[in-house]
Amino acid sequence: MKEKKKLQVSAIENGTVIDHIPARNLFNVISILGLDKIKNQITFGTNLESRRLGHKAIIKIADTFFADSDINKIALVAPDAKLNIIKNYSVAEKKMVSLPDEIKGIVKCMNPQCITNHESITTRFTVISKTDVKLKCHYCEKITDQQHFDII
Amino acid sequence: MKKKSLVSITDFSKNDYLKILDIALEFEKNPEPTLLKNNVIATLFFEPSTRTRLSFESAITRMGGRYIGFSDTKTTSIAKGESFKDTIRTISNYCDMIVMRHPLDGSARYASEVALVPVINAGDGTNQHPTQTLLDLYSIKKTQNTLDNLTVFMVGDLKYGRTVHSLLMALSEFNTNFYFISPEELKMPQEYKLHLDNRGLQYKEQTDLSEDLEKADIIYMTRVQQERFTDPMEYEKTKNAYVLRNHMLTNSKPNLRILHPLPRVNEISTDVDENPKAYYFTQALNGVYIRQAIISLILGYK
Repeated sequence: MKEKKKLQVSAIENGTVIDHIPARNLFNVISILGLDKIKNQITFGTNLESRRLGHKAIIKIADTFFADSDINKIALVAPDAKLNIIKNYSVAEKKMVSLPDEIKGIVKCMNPQCITNHESITTRFTVISKTDVKLKCHYCEKITDQQHFDII
Repeated sequence: MKKKSLVSITDFSKNDYLKILDIALEFEKNPEPTLLKNNVIATLFFEPSTRTRLSFESAITRMGGRYIGFSDTKTTSIAKGESFKDTIRTISNYCDMIVMRHPLDGSARYASEVALVPVINAGDGTNQHPTQTLLDLYSIKKTQNTLDNLTVFMVGDLKYGRTVHSLLMALSEFNTNFYFISPEELKMPQEYKLHLDNRGLQYKEQTDLSEDLEKADIIYMTRVQQERFTDPMEYEKTKNAYVLRNHMLTNSKPNLRILHPLPRVNEISTDVDENPKAYYFTQALNGVYIRQAIISLILGYK
């Protein structure tokens, strides 16, 4: 099985591999990490078979390493994502993402009457549940749940 | 509390509530007509309000302070397209404190982050109205001589009513036994019941207003609004089921008092008004004392 995966998306010499992204959220991950704006070589595969997720996506970013505080933001849309830090074609470190206690930006508040949807304000949420993710808006105090995430 | 904004009832602790109530009682006895002689307070009402605005302006005036502001955005720069942030930031240069009401949820929190002076939330959309909650607590304490271990009936629109939600949060610090009486469509939301569960507090939900009424220390009435119903037939069926009438109070406790945030439409029959247990008009007067207490504490005079 492992050999087959390597064939699906080619290996990198140095960089970060993000695996186990739900296929439908690949582009959200790209946007949260700002991958559309970096110049390094990026390869990704999507709609790959996964026993756990059904369809998963994988991203390999050459010569790029992320701070935990940045990479943890993707936990909103890819809670089971696994990171492999690649050095010289081999896995130097493995990491899981974990949702921070507070989220700034990234998600819109689902309350249409919230001030953040009417003025240019960075949204801010307290994470009140990490399993079935629920965010409480710092401004309007209403809850946005993961079924209603609208990524900015 | 000095210099601290009051946006949400949960910004203040149980001890803060008790301190505010004590100071409100002092103002009731001794009005201190020159306390704010050097202060200017902005009262910014981005949506119309009669009693809240007048109650704040009365509180400021009774302490010798002056106020500037507006009660209608048509005559302000907002009509020219100025952002909310710029409006608040600019006006905060002209005053020592901002009292504001705004139709959008979360506007007061945001204002407290951009203003140079403390902000008192006088209602932000459907979210919070903390000074109403504090005056409700004051009214309960004054009529019952305690806030602890009371049986409180909340009646009417428990789903959307922000006053009942904030009051529930505040009372949950005082071992209250709750009864929630509402039509099926307007039941108390799950999150508030969970909060009570987590604190180990008792509550009972029912649809019949007359049931168990003899157990109540406080009946907190709210308006059932037609626009809250998806089915107009449902409204027609329920609108008269949540009206408090004088004959229903025959077996009620002697210490029972009836509260209502006002305005009332028909949910308390006018034959209750002359009953000594009706307290809603005095409750409105208490709003002046409580606002005097909050303003003077935040400005650092108490």
